[in-house]
Amino acid sequence: MKFLKSPFFWIVIAVSLLYAVYPKLGNNITLRETLVLSAIYVILATNLNLMIGYTGYVNFGSIVFFGLGGYLTLWLIGGYGWNLYAAVLFAGVVTSLLTLALGFGILRLRGAYFALATIGVNEAVKDFVSNFDKWGGSEGIFLPFSTYKSMGGAVHALWTVYFLIIGVMALSLLLSWFIKRSKFGLGLFAIREDEDAAIVLGVKAPVYKAIAYSVSAFLPAVAGGLYFFKNGSIVPEEAFNLHLSIESIVMVMLGGQGTVTGPWVGAFLYERLRGLLLTTPSLSNFHLVIAGVLLLLIILFAPGGLMGWLYKRWARVRGVLE
Amino acid sequence: MSTPILEVRNVTMTFGGLTAVDDVSFNMAEGEILGLIGPNGAGKTTLFNVINGVYKPTRGNVVFRGRDITGLPPYDVVRLGLARTHQIVKPLNEMTVLENVVVGACFGAENLGLEPAQYVAEEVLEFTGLLQMKDELAGKLNIALKKRLEVARALAANPRLLLLDEVLAGLNPSEVAKMLDVIRSIRDRGISILMIEHIMQAIMSLSDRIVVLNFGQKLAEGTPDEVANDPQVIEAYLGDPEMAKRILEEEEA
Amino acid sequence: MLQIFSSVMDGLLIGLVYGLAAIGLTLIFGVMDVVNLAHGSIIALGMFFLYLFFGAGLHPYLSLVPVAILGFFFGVIVYLIAVKRIISGPPLMSLLSTFSVSMIIIGIGTALWSTSPYNINFKVETYNILGYTVTSARLIAAVAAVLVTFGLYFFLYRTVLGKAVRAVANNREAAELMGIPSQQILAISFGIGTMLAMLSGALIATLFPFTILSGGVYELKSFVASVLGGLGNPTGALLGGIILGLIEGSVAPFIQISWTNVIEFVIFVLILLFFPTGLFGGRK
Ligand SMILES: Nc1ncnc2c1ncn2[C@@H]1O[C@H](COP(=O)(O)OP(=O)(O)OP(=O)(O)O)[C@@H](O)[C@H]1O
Ligand SMILES: [Mg+2]
Repeated sequence: MKFLKSPFFWIVIAVSLLYAVYPKLGNNITLRETLVLSAIYVILATNLNLMIGYTGYVNFGSIVFFGLGGYLTLWLIGGYGWNLYAAVLFAGVVTSLLTLALGFGILRLRGAYFALATIGVNEAVKDFVSNFDKWGGSEGIFLPFSTYKSMGGAVHALWTVYFLIIGVMALSLLLSWFIKRSKFGLGLFAIREDEDAAIVLGVKAPVYKAIAYSVSAFLPAVAGGLYFFKNGSIVPEEAFNLHLSIESIVMVMLGGQGTVTGPWVGAFLYERLRGLLLTTPSLSNFHLVIAGVLLLLIILFAPGGLMGWLYKRWARVRGVLE
Repeated sequence: MSTPILEVRNVTMTFGGLTAVDDVSFNMAEGEILGLIGPNGAGKTTLFNVINGVYKPTRGNVVFRGRDITGLPPYDVVRLGLARTHQIVKPLNEMTVLENVVVGACFGAENLGLEPAQYVAEEVLEFTGLLQMKDELAGKLNIALKKRLEVARALAANPRLLLLDEVLAGLNPSEVAKMLDVIRSIRDRGISILMIEHIMQAIMSLSDRIVVLNFGQKLAEGTPDEVANDPQVIEAYLGDPEMAKRILEEEEA
Repeated sequence: MLQIFSSVMDGLLIGLVYGLAAIGLTLIFGVMDVVNLAHGSIIALGMFFLYLFFGAGLHPYLSLVPVAILGFFFGVIVYLIAVKRIISGPPLMSLLSTFSVSMIIIGIGTALWSTSPYNINFKVETYNILGYTVTSARLIAAVAAVLVTFGLYFFLYRTVLGKAVRAVANNREAAELMGIPSQQILAISFGIGTMLAMLSGALIATLFPFTILSGGVYELKSFVASVLGGLGNPTGALLGGIILGLIEGSVAPFIQISWTNVIEFVIFVLILLFFPTGLFGGRK
């Protein structure tokens, strides 16, 4: 168990525990809701980074995993009375498998073509679900209040879901970290640098890419299930919101693609910034503008993001924050 | 006679209307250094691409150690012990020199785990004289070092047969000398080498035998002496002003 | 029968306008390998520019002229600020930088015009041709789209500047060696692509109500149309737009309109997968 000796592992555990315990101690519901959003962002950004940062494939439609996970979960719970744990696991596995199959197809596309295809997939799924009567069409799915009874009432259920989401966040970070230090991760980075060279060196790129794609779908799908269960309802516009997909890319870039800490910090900061902009009346009208300018500045002047900048200034940071 | 390490049988490769490799056949014995020469555009690199599976030949077969590997993708070919370098170097730019070579070791013939791959990589870096710069980013190396990195990565795969595509091109004389040393010591390890080279002196002195391509076809095959005195070969080269110039330059040097 | 004919005609006319928007997108990709994610917001901006000139008393069709000029300069500025620096970087960079431009445009647009719908109120004739009813606005929009496309082709094939654009699209380094100032050509191309997008937006504004967010739909349609026609190929994009319009028109009588989007995106992904250079061959 060598990982137990790594400071990074313990940082993840400590922060996650802090996330879990702090709002519970004060029974602070507002703080909890803020942290849910923050955690969801971390989950989306961290898993997206497996594609963008590790493999070099720009997935613009990653939100489709989140939405599909949400729909599958609510459908199984609302329509068939499944319990939450079984439903989210099933949703995660099904979404991953679908993504694996899709991956063998669309990962043959490179660069902008792949990015466009992922947008197409998300939009196709959104429009399909909007028309799919079994899933409530554009009205979506509502969970009756009684659903929460089996989990000891709504208040208790919401706390449970909160802890689960924090758990998924911790898992996402650890997964990212394990992959980065694994042979699998090395193969992905080789693909990112030069896919043709990687193939000649022996990396089974088609399989590696598809697995990375599929893995990057699993935890976001689970998180989608938990998140929409917590909301008690899901509609296509919210589930497959392309905008959130692209915001996730912003988080990854802000923190630094290809690192483990980067997307984490990027997501955290992005949530803070967004909250600040939205709640400051004089700025709320311009929150998009400010976010846009910020993104543009990162792209133009600091494409390595925060971690890239840190690594450059203090090379030793690399040893602790991967 | 034991099975050849490599048999190229009637390989033809066409791109649209262009026949880049035209019905080429030859065999290579275990432990041999075989030189592959020919004017620019003769189809040498394309033949390499067919041998290691980057392209599937239009016709013909490639047999490696008695096994037909025609159409097998490159990542499976390298597993079987056939590694190569690229004429246009392809370093994994944002990864360190060491990481580049670890990739070669991890995904090569031995299918090593990360830790043993690390040992192999360090050993190969030592052998190729790159150990001092193992922590540099590969993209930052100069061209001579990038060429050496190509060789190191391929070598880390622990191949039985190594394909070298113009590893001497663009190097200055002292770098050429260093690279020749490396190639000789690779041969001394019992690895067979198929190499493309334009520097005649070098290829003539290194190779056991030479195959000459011209316009995709095999023009001649034999020992360096036989090939050098083959009138057809001489004509092919004199017909190529660039090559004639290069030969002259070498003579002056 | 007549109903089907009407739907197909409607589809064809609107398809030409989609085609114009798609040409704007595909031209930029063809010349500099940049997928312009600000395309939709630029279309929306075209709608609002038309609205402003119209509000100032100019006839909508006359307003197209200043919209085009504004569009060109706007595009050049966007290129200089957001694209020039990263033009040689990986595709992610240009995708994100153009997306950030889109965020900025939509943010400012929302602050100025909120997200509620606007429309251009002007006198529109209705014609009845053999039982097919069509408005003058639809006809003129389609004709204008065709004229602009002809204009673009004249520019690309008959003028020195246009030939330089094609040379840069073909091979930037070779063009530079021939003494073509590629940075200027890139800026001009981005300007033209932006101009076409704005014009298509302005034409759409003469047909339907619009909001600052309306561009998104047309951006996606432009993607579909240009991929259908082969990314980088302007004629293909126009044909792709027509195909898209025809699909929408011809399925409209049979299924709910909301399903057409599903069909379009499924076709889009399938085309990307199986005909990545489009139905008519891409640039490469
Ligand atoms: N992928 C390809 N598509 C089309 N044509 C190709 C392709 N690869 C090579 N060719 C053509 O095949 C011919 C042989 O090229 P090749 O690179 O094999 O030559 P070479 O002998 O390696 O030359 P050099 O000494 O310059 O490296 C050339 O005419 C080249 O343009
Ligand atoms: Mg060659």
